[in-house]
Amino acid sequence: MAEAIAFYVLAACILGFAVLVVTAKNPVHSVVFLVLDFLCVAALYVTLGAEFVAAIQVLVYAGGIVVLYLFVVMLVNVKRPPEAFRAGGRHATLGLALAGAVLVEAAAIAVWSRLSPAAPASAAQTLPVSGNTEQVGWLLYTSYLVPFEVASMLLLVAMVGAIVLARKES
Amino acid sequence: MSSPTPQYGPMFDTDELVINMGPQHPSTHGVLRVVLRLDGEKVVDADVVIGYLHRGVEKLSESRSWTQIVLLTDRLDYVSAATSNVGYCETVEKLMAIEVPRRAKYLRVILSELQRIASHLLWLGTHAMDTGAMTVFLYAFRERELILDLFEEYCGARLTYNSMRIGGLPQDLPPSWDRKVLEFCRIMEGKLEEYETLLTGNRIWLARTKGVGVIDGAEALALGLSGPPLRGSGVRRDVRKDEPYAAYDEMEFDVPLGVAGDTFDRYVVRMQEFRQSIRIIRQAMQGIPEGPILGKVPRLIKPPAGEVYHAIESPKGELGFFIVSDGKSTSPYRFRVRPPSFCNLQALPRLVKGHLIADVVALIGSLDVVLGEVDR
Amino acid sequence: MVELVLIPLLKIIVVLNATLLGVTYMVLLERKVIAWAQSRLGPMRVGPYGVLQPVADAMKLMLKEDITPARADKWVFTLAPILSMVPALVVYAVIPFGDEVHLFGRRISLYITDINVGLLYVVSVTSVGVYGIILAGYSSNSKWPLLASLRASAQLISYEIAITLTLVSVVLMSGTLSMVGIVTSQASQGVWYAFIQPMAFVIFFIGGLAETNRAPFDLPEAEQELTGGFHTEYSGMRFALFFLAEYANMIVVSSVATTLFLGGWLRPFPNVEFLSFLGIVPGWCWFLLKSFIFLYLFIWVRATLPRYRYDQLMRLGWKVLIPLAIANLILTAIVKVALA
Repeated sequence: MAEAIAFYVLAACILGFAVLVVTAKNPVHSVVFLVLDFLCVAALYVTLGAEFVAAIQVLVYAGGIVVLYLFVVMLVNVKRPPEAFRAGGRHATLGLALAGAVLVEAAAIAVWSRLSPAAPASAAQTLPVSGNTEQVGWLLYTSYLVPFEVASMLLLVAMVGAIVLARKES
Repeated sequence: MSSPTPQYGPMFDTDELVINMGPQHPSTHGVLRVVLRLDGEKVVDADVVIGYLHRGVEKLSESRSWTQIVLLTDRLDYVSAATSNVGYCETVEKLMAIEVPRRAKYLRVILSELQRIASHLLWLGTHAMDTGAMTVFLYAFRERELILDLFEEYCGARLTYNSMRIGGLPQDLPPSWDRKVLEFCRIMEGKLEEYETLLTGNRIWLARTKGVGVIDGAEALALGLSGPPLRGSGVRRDVRKDEPYAAYDEMEFDVPLGVAGDTFDRYVVRMQEFRQSIRIIRQAMQGIPEGPILGKVPRLIKPPAGEVYHAIESPKGELGFFIVSDGKSTSPYRFRVRPPSFCNLQALPRLVKGHLIADVVALIGSLDVVLGEVDR
Repeated sequence: MVELVLIPLLKIIVVLNATLLGVTYMVLLERKVIAWAQSRLGPMRVGPYGVLQPVADAMKLMLKEDITPARADKWVFTLAPILSMVPALVVYAVIPFGDEVHLFGRRISLYITDINVGLLYVVSVTSVGVYGIILAGYSSNSKWPLLASLRASAQLISYEIAITLTLVSVVLMSGTLSMVGIVTSQASQGVWYAFIQPMAFVIFFIGGLAETNRAPFDLPEAEQELTGGFHTEYSGMRFALFFLAEYANMIVVSSVATTLFLGGWLRPFPNVEFLSFLGIVPGWCWFLLKSFIFLYLFIWVRATLPRYRYDQLMRLGWKVLIPLAIANLILTAIVKVALA
């Protein structure tokens, strides 16, 4: 019962903040709403019993990545011209069409999964360690080692690329 | 704050940031205004705006008697008033060809060197505080208090002494003053060790001062620098050695020189000057002769017509006085000061170019400017 | 019901009040200690030996006119100091002040809660504290604070990496992320981690200085250089919140360092039976004493050292501390595997 309340409240917050992110006039406000959104998502992870993921969500996403977004937004100082705020127009029709397409797709997936449900993921896989962090770590370094290494490589390449691009010719 | 002021013209690009430091700023050592043009964090150009402390000293002295002008010279470099007094009195003595008694010359040397220590203590405290080492400020001022007490005992004032007269000094030493001065020298040597421990050996201090504001000897000379900024670049020029005045020709002392011409070298030069000043004071106290302290001076001072330039080594650099007398009036026709801080400050735009904002403050401290001198 | 709601609520009230009181008196402590280092006395007038000075400061700041710059973004301007202060306070939920006490027939643990990812919680919450600085600089709508806030946040993020790496070394030693678990593992291993992880301890302290914007890394708020830095446009209670947040962060870093490296509530030499008479002193007293030593170190360092220039600061963080922390981590891992 309490879980259901928590879920619906958090979901409402998440969706609400997401809408605010898109509709805020000031880009810095958008970013602040995004941070609050991510904090609510972290709370949602906690209700699912994934404390480790929740903490990492706050640490990496809200505390690292969005900070960099904020840097860029502040430095570039984007200001939308007044014409961008008028209602209707070509952009609105296109937006509605795309949103409708996504909705149809999501409904199709929901109906399909109801009709032919896939087997639940092997959540009960017995691991030699217990505890949230330990289990994630164990899986990450045994079953999912290759994706982990590939992801690290990707990040390394991105970092090197950024440094090379930013370096002035001296 | 975001639009450039018109007088800086089309040079100022919109990509660069124009930042104004002062005139009310905690570390510009007075009412100094520096307009910095930044490219990101690096300083591209600096425009130094002075004049906020202009009091018209030179014009005022055209309607003061020659003895009254000594009081005005106090307030030029208010941090080291005694040396300004000495400089002015010697200039007039040169013009009038007055013979100053030997005892007076020795006393002038002692008071000038005490003043040098006091001025350098203030420099040390404020320079360290600007870079964040705030404790050194308190320690330096604790020692400066001792010197101020000595001066107060001698002439009654702590900052603006009026301690020299044309032809000598107004009064002789108070009893047991010499013992106190020697005691002070002993204390000071111990404290110098303390400062060296806190600063010279500190890697953060070294990182903040080494390689910052490098200027080589030739360029320093061309810019008109004098004093520790010039000697820090390796140029051996000290008015006390090159054109000795007062009793300096009878004193034995070294002139510390720097090598790299950076802020650290200027710091080391001044730290060494502390020790040389103590050495001179001890020699002078030992060899001070008996005799009168005021030479043969007419009651009404009226120098003959003519002009004279005389320079002394103030703690900031070469302090020069150029006086034109028309022989008739009891005031100078023209009284011109060559302030070392004014000439040293000219080097600031050249020094800060290419450095970061944090270095600007360190460099103003390294040049040791006093706005009273700069603006007069 | 009582266990679930009432006791944690009481604990929260006690801890918050104690923290806020501690933070305000930190201000006085700093002024006094720095004064004594500088042959001065510090505040002496308000109350005996200046003890009531924080009260006077708090009243002054609360009664000051609340100035908001004309073109400032009002919501963000107000939000920024809150975003600075709240993370510092929220971290106290996991810090263990002691083991257990018996009060009114119940066993009450001297920590608000103990989550299994406690250390990660601490790190993630403090990383949210960066937003306060960035938004403060931005919302003041003025060049000086913007410049300062960018530098401050870049400094914070860089040193967070070094700190997190040292924390990982500690986790390697203790085998658990829970704060209480780390203290109990120090008890079971019989040694404070500061002695077997000295490099991590030193790096954590230096990183802690940088994280809390304390000297010698206090360039973002160096009054001498950028006229107040990111809080130039703040006055009154908002300004107070920024400074309280800084002191609260200092106390957090000290508490975390005590828990991780100095054995939390354990007495010195917990494995030496000879000194078991020291057990007379309750655990939370040891905790407070050790935190206090840390805080004193913070203040002592500020009184003594000049400050680093910004590029030197970043160079230290990236080129010295992070490689050292990584090296320490690898060494710890190798030694642990070799000894197992």
